Amino acid sequence: MRNAKQRMPETLALQSNAERRRPPRILPRIHVETRKLTLRYGPHVAFRDITLPIRQGEITAIVGPSGCGKSSFLACLNRLTDLFTDCHVTGSATLVGEELVGTEIDLTSLRRRVGMIFQKPNPFPLTIRRNLELPLREHAVSDRHEVQSRMEEVLRAVGLWDEVHARLDTPALRLSGGQQQRLCIARALVLRPEVLLLDEPCSALDPISSGVVEDLIHRLRETYTLVIVTHNLAQARRIADHVALFWVKDGAGHLAEHSRCRDFFESPKCELTAAYVRGARG
Amino acid sequence: MRESRTDRLLELACWCSAFMVLAIAGWILFDVMGHGFRRVDLNFLLGSPIDAGRQGGIAPILVSTVLILGVCMTVAVPIGVGAAVALSEYGSEGRRATRLIRASLDVLAGIPSIVFGLFGNALFCRALGMGFSIASGGLTLACMALPLVIRSTEEGLRSVPVEYRHAAAALGMSRTSTLVHLLLPAATPGLLVGLVLGIGRALAETAALLFTSGYVSRWPTSIFDSGRTLSVHIYDLSMNVPGGDGNSHASALVLVALLIGINLTASLMANVWLRRRIRT
Ligand SMILES: Nc1ncnc2c1ncn2[C@@H]1O[C@H](COP(=O)(O)OP(=O)(O)OP(=O)(O)O)[C@@H](O)[C@H]1O
Ligand SMILES: [Mg+2]
Repeated sequence: MRNAKQRMPETLALQSNAERRRPPRILPRIHVETRKLTLRYGPHVAFRDITLPIRQGEITAIVGPSGCGKSSFLACLNRLTDLFTDCHVTGSATLVGEELVGTEIDLTSLRRRVGMIFQKPNPFPLTIRRNLELPLREHAVSDRHEVQSRMEEVLRAVGLWDEVHARLDTPALRLSGGQQQRLCIARALVLRPEVLLLDEPCSALDPISSGVVEDLIHRLRETYTLVIVTHNLAQARRIADHVALFWVKDGAGHLAEHSRCRDFFESPKCELTAAYVRGARG
Repeated sequence: MRESRTDRLLELACWCSAFMVLAIAGWILFDVMGHGFRRVDLNFLLGSPIDAGRQGGIAPILVSTVLILGVCMTVAVPIGVGAAVALSEYGSEGRRATRLIRASLDVLAGIPSIVFGLFGNALFCRALGMGFSIASGGLTLACMALPLVIRSTEEGLRSVPVEYRHAAAALGMSRTSTLVHLLLPAATPGLLVGLVLGIGRALAETAALLFTSGYVSRWPTSIFDSGRTLSVHIYDLSMNVPGGDGNSHASALVLVALLIGINLTASLMANVWLRRRIRT
């Protein structure tokens, strides 16, 4: 774990913006990994046997048709599945080697390390300040200066500082949809996570806000490991390092293809991918 | 689209019903005001009843009313909120206990007040030895107000979108702090509505109180004294005291004013609360 943090700057230095598309010489190490991960809602299998390594400091995009279990898959990675009724997960999912499935791990610290952004912006019905304070309080960060500096840091990171610093004490719900989504990202970042899970973060936004959020996600890539679910193939192509295609077979989702972004779009291994990419293009 | 005749007829009928409600409310208010207005003054509010209530005021009765309401609310609110949280947050829908509690709430809500009176008399007055007292009356009223408080608090909790719960969980917030920081504040307006309904029911009550708090119209010295509420006073004056009509109407006016006042305060509080919580 400590190791991971120390190696982060190295990885960063290796991949400047210009180099991003080229295969890095040293493969970044696996940050999150699932093996034969299967999730059931009652008797219904949402997805089956998904084995997917997610590399540190990369953007892994998950694409696929509706209902193939993308959101459910993300929810396994921060154990949000614990909240769902009748949901059973088997197989294995690890965060830097630590098993997440079926173990008695400390959920508070897991969720501090693995942040999540939802499709619909969901800031709390509180002030902008309270939205950021509340999670910090929960994780025992209550020093006034620390809270203040972290707040400014994340608001700057998501490009909201200039827009909102004068009205931190106004309701978060008065922000525009795009600003709300960036606030949600800030709220996740304020806990200094390692991994960010993003479930269609742009799909409830207008094209302009969507572009702003997409750029933001792209920038975050340098510091965090990101897993993003998207229905927008063009977006996946623009920002992802790896793309995973989920597909439905016999009523359950499975992993159809997982490859480097360029290969995924230009020389897909499987016919399904080729057709999916073509279909989305035409 | 052109409106057809049936559309317009239906609309007319609906408006008629609405005006009827207004007319009834207006009539009651004017009746009470007309009969009681001249008698209500400071002497009436601050004086003790004289000659079985035909003369004098209602001060001790007001005090008893407030005390009984106080006992009722201090008991009903914590238990009600606790039960509502248990039902909607900790209990899963399918579980037997949840269904059982819900069913018993429905039963409680439907029980006639006279039966509550008998129950309160047996339990609080006799079994627990509190006798005819403000405490017994307040506790009996608490049992009656509970379903209202629980239902509306639950509604409030349920109205919190599931997105907030997910967001809170994804930030590593514990169940307790999600409850304290997000759910209960969001449920507060609902709770206030429940309180107003509960207070309304309690203030209106006579039958249950005749058996439990009695109808002594003296100044109460403690909550273990017997005490008479406004409604009981009105009932007593108009049914048992010949010539008590005047003061009975005046008391009715005070009761209605009290109810309206409580209603307004609660909706004001709900508004202020909403604005403070800033949910635009
Ligand atoms: N809470 C739940 N209870 C029962 N079944 C569920 C639940 N959530 C999802 N499902 C089912 O599991 C399957 C996968 O759902 P999921 O939401 O993960 O799909 P998705 O790939 O995210 O779809 P979309 O692209 O529409 O968001 C679907 O068949 C869905 O009906
Ligand atoms: Mg989804």
